[in-house]
Amino acid sequence: MLAAVAFYVLAAMTIASAFAVISVRNPVHAVLFLILAFFNAAGLFVLLGAEFLAMLLVVVYVGAVAVLFLFVVMMLDVDFAELRQGFLSYLPAGLVVAGALFAELALVAYAATSADGAPIALAPAGEGGVTNAEAIGRVLYTEYLLVFQLAGLILFVAMIGAIVLTLRHRPGVRRQDIAAQVGRKRSEGVELKDIRPGQGLG
Amino acid sequence: MNPARDYIPWFDWPVEFEWGLMKTGQVLGIVILLLLTLAFILLFDRKVWAAVQLRKGPNVVGPFGLLQSFADFFKFVFKEIVIPAGANKTVFILAPLITFVLAFVGWAVIPWSSGVVIADLNVGILYLFAISSLGVYGIIIGGWASNSKYPFLGGLRSAAQMVSYEVSIGFVIITVLLLVGSLNLGDIVENQRDGIWMWHGFRLLNFAEFPDNLLVGITMYAMLVVFFVSALAETNRPPFDLPEAESELVAGYQVEYSSTPYLLFMIGEYLNIVLMCAMTSIMFLGGWHLPWGAVDDPWLGFVILYGKIWFVFFLFAMVKAIVPRYRYDQLMRLGWKIFLPTSLVAVAAIGYYVTFLAPPASAALAGG
Repeated sequence: MLAAVAFYVLAAMTIASAFAVISVRNPVHAVLFLILAFFNAAGLFVLLGAEFLAMLLVVVYVGAVAVLFLFVVMMLDVDFAELRQGFLSYLPAGLVVAGALFAELALVAYAATSADGAPIALAPAGEGGVTNAEAIGRVLYTEYLLVFQLAGLILFVAMIGAIVLTLRHRPGVRRQDIAAQVGRKRSEGVELKDIRPGQGLG
Repeated sequence: MNPARDYIPWFDWPVEFEWGLMKTGQVLGIVILLLLTLAFILLFDRKVWAAVQLRKGPNVVGPFGLLQSFADFFKFVFKEIVIPAGANKTVFILAPLITFVLAFVGWAVIPWSSGVVIADLNVGILYLFAISSLGVYGIIIGGWASNSKYPFLGGLRSAAQMVSYEVSIGFVIITVLLLVGSLNLGDIVENQRDGIWMWHGFRLLNFAEFPDNLLVGITMYAMLVVFFVSALAETNRPPFDLPEAESELVAGYQVEYSSTPYLLFMIGEYLNIVLMCAMTSIMFLGGWHLPWGAVDDPWLGFVILYGKIWFVFFLFAMVKAIVPRYRYDQLMRLGWKIFLPTSLVAVAAIGYYVTFLAPPASAALAGG
């Protein structure tokens, strides 16, 4: 009973905040609602018994990705009224994307149901005292090792690409040499003078 | 399960209700304990700081100034809440609430002694990591909602700083859980039960497995240091208090906050610091166990863990009193160029130890 109540509350909050993301006027508020949606989705994961995925969702998406979103949205001076003018012209394309996503999800749900209508257990959670994290780790690092490593490599390439695009070495710019700064000795920086009264430094 | 059920046989309340009532009581107890602890730890912080500077510190309210924090509390609460005219009102009020609530939420999984914990999660340490990585929102939202230059700069600084140091904290956590083979905080403490030579920070003293103890001991001691410094940076504590930096940014993200919202920010911030102290004690300093042996008595265990939290906080206070503030670029360099590679190498080293060198018992636990 309690689980059902929790599910409906979390699901309703997820949908409501997801709707708010695209409907509120202020972009920063939109990101805040996106964070709320992530959070509720994590709650849904916990209800499913996938506590490891829930925590990863919070750590990766809420704790890191959404912070960067927020960062960028706050820094940019976005004129949202201007952005909204193209709403109607983008609507058909948006609907196509949404329809495709929905069709994929429906297909998965259909495929995951066996012939007698009972849902196939997707994740044998807690089988033989194996925790969530361990079960995922075993699959990820054995069967899907290659795919997993490839995904990491793609992210790595993207990161290097971003650095290459933004890193510029301009000539004639004074750069900081940390080793030289740290390696400076007292004798190089300070000179002690014995000043006699009435004579000054001369 | 609940004795009250036996005493009142005619009232047949559902089991969920009993469970909820029990948990609510536990949560209430922890919150009161934490707030009282905080009142005295704030005073302790100021006293240590004062002692280093050869001052007396707060000494007027109550004997030795013991009631200073309570006086401060009433001062904050009775002041007027000023909300700037250009501020985004809802978000402005939301920010300190987020900080305050998140600071408490993390304590749900902290085991106080053997078996005494509100929520015994399988992924306890990941939960703590997730909650502490959310702490940045209160600051960045508060900085933005104030609609003012200094708070905004403070908010941006802190966002970059906290995201940077989270990375190395994550790797340090991975080294610990590689050694333990479990994400459960209770298991992490029980793995250190034999004595100080099994505490993760001091595995160097475990001469029984010489020379392997050199590899794991030196690595884990380095990780203790990395975690301690990263915790300072993650909680915006001096010498890494750049989001506030009163000499450059007046008070950073807190400039526009007054009265109770400011109090909520401050309580949240200090509670996060104490949470980091508790994490250090649990992950590296043996939790509720004594240096010379295991402790299974819940009350004694609680006292020991509580004492360790205070000891780590004392170290935090000493750092605040002694070390001058870092420059921002030095802070970033320390996080990305020193801590990140160090902790990455440490993960590899500990992985090598657990796979090839660890004694059978520990290897069995790690290998499942």
